[in-house]
Amino acid sequence: MKTVFKRTPVLKDCPTHYCPGCGHGIAHRLLAEVIEELDIQDRTIGIAPVGCAVLAYNYLDVDMIEVAHGRAPAVATGMKRTNPDHIVFSYQGDGDLAAIGTAEILHAAHRAEQLTVIFINNAVFGMTGGQMAPTTMLGQVTATTLGGRHATGEGYPLQVSEILALLPGTTYVERCALSSAPRIKQAKKAIKHAFQLQMDGAPGLSLVEILSPCPTYWRLAPAKAMAWIEEQMTTAFPIARLKG
Amino acid sequence: MCGNEALAEAAVIAGCDAYFGYPITPQNEITAYMSRRMAEEGRVFVQSESELAAINMVFGAAATGKRAMTSSSSPGISLMQEGMSYLAGAELPAVVVNVMRGGPGLGNIAPSQGDYFQATRGGGHGDYRHIVLGPSSVQELADCMPLAFDLADQYRITVMVLADGILGQMMEPVVLEPKPRRPLPPKDWALTGMKDRKQNIVRSLWLAEGALEELNYRLEAKHRQIRDNEVLCEEYRIEDAEIIVVAYGIAARIARAAVDRAREQGVPVGMIRPITLWPFPSAQISAAAETFRVFLAVEMSCGQMIEDVKLAVEGRCPVLLHGRPGGGVPMVDEIQDKIRQLTIRSGAV
Ligand SMILES: Cc1ncc(C[n+]2csc(CCOP(=O)(O)OP(=O)(O)O)c2C)c(N)n1
Repeated sequence: MKTVFKRTPVLKDCPTHYCPGCGHGIAHRLLAEVIEELDIQDRTIGIAPVGCAVLAYNYLDVDMIEVAHGRAPAVATGMKRTNPDHIVFSYQGDGDLAAIGTAEILHAAHRAEQLTVIFINNAVFGMTGGQMAPTTMLGQVTATTLGGRHATGEGYPLQVSEILALLPGTTYVERCALSSAPRIKQAKKAIKHAFQLQMDGAPGLSLVEILSPCPTYWRLAPAKAMAWIEEQMTTAFPIARLKG
Repeated sequence: MCGNEALAEAAVIAGCDAYFGYPITPQNEITAYMSRRMAEEGRVFVQSESELAAINMVFGAAATGKRAMTSSSSPGISLMQEGMSYLAGAELPAVVVNVMRGGPGLGNIAPSQGDYFQATRGGGHGDYRHIVLGPSSVQELADCMPLAFDLADQYRITVMVLADGILGQMMEPVVLEPKPRRPLPPKDWALTGMKDRKQNIVRSLWLAEGALEELNYRLEAKHRQIRDNEVLCEEYRIEDAEIIVVAYGIAARIARAAVDRAREQGVPVGMIRPITLWPFPSAQISAAAETFRVFLAVEMSCGQMIEDVKLAVEGRCPVLLHGRPGGGVPMVDEIQDKIRQLTIRSGAV
């Protein structure tokens, strides 16, 4: 018999704390499979964010650290500069990376740090109860935009990946989604490429943004949440290889 | 050499693997010096985009087992408090130099000791302490650096070297030579890649019931060990003293001259100079307070260290203050006058 699917050993065999239909679990699996396939489990150091994925080290079987909200790219800089042979990645939500941590990600990219960043965009602050994120869609109802997000006073969805792609310090920026099987396959390819670049010593930061469902705080059933990514989110956040 | 450069070179000699910093007066010589020397040594130097980033770079390098440091002055140290709390929670070794200036706010760039509370009470959120060294000469400032790295590694704790604008800028002859390291525990907790071992995790989040309380008790046990073993202070002419000056850092340097002059005039005065500000030499001060004496805290603030002196004296003797805040520096004459007034009041001589 031929094995068509197996659990990667980089993903621990345990129940997760994520809500039903949450995208973090899928993203974790892609990440773990890539780490296995590239055979870098024993020299990878991962950085968990503050956000729903704060406990990522409970699921990913690599050396990991949990850091202050938004500061992962600075921590990663300290790690990679002192350990150039290790593969260092940060895993960050849109509150972590696009709100409180904008200075850290911008300057890590600006310095062309040789890091890999997995950026999970779920258009809300999940962990704190579904408040507006900089990436929240116009009109989207959240715990802090009960009448829907208005551009006046609350701004437009922030396209961090497009900004980062402009910097000479990024080697690769791609936006993917978890909204369908082909999209998920593409996301895995992008993650793998981003790690491969770091392994090859590419002279800059590689980032994969992943549009990821949050059924709980979008107040949608899981299947509807996947459709909302395609129908709504991709209008502000087009799926595209933005650089490299 | 100026104090800033002396401490920087001492850090290089002590095996500092990585320096991260953001310029601020009066400690810019450290960052500039490190940018050159770390490159010469093939080690890591990064000028960060902020102090917030600098302390988190230290966090990252320290988590992989490297000797990492940063330096700043008061406003920058405020910005580092989040990171210092995380360092305490994750029990990572780190060295932070604060060359204090006047505050609050942007304050001024004159020397000050106004950050004593922030330094000795933890500074960031949560229930923690870190070691604070308060040198009073350029030589002692340099000697603090290998000690700071050793203490940090031994106890997995942040060590702050608390200097001020005068010490940082002052030029004095210094002897810089490698010191033997203390016997240090292996860094088997470090993130080095999980080759031949299980996953290592560095974290400060403890959600399970009782887990954080357990961590806090473990930290407290460590703090107790440090209090029991690592107090440093100098006792100067205190045997027959009826007045005891308590001062640290550059204020102690000035106060020493005042003590000497008063002694020449027959005034029985001495000085206790804390070198570790946390742990504070409470036992030494308490012992001195067993016979009736007058204590005079001399510091460059409106009175911060004096609270630790009072806690040690426990009401047995009067404790008075001569403080100069906001960049004011106490002059020898001022301190001498104060001592004279106390002499008259206490009936000594
Ligand atoms: C300094 C600080 N401010 C605020 C918080 C509270 N907080 C925790 S997670 C979070 C937002 C997380 O949102 P995101 O990064 O989008 O991740 P998600 O939970 O949606 O996966 C906030 C505001 C914190 N932990 N630290």
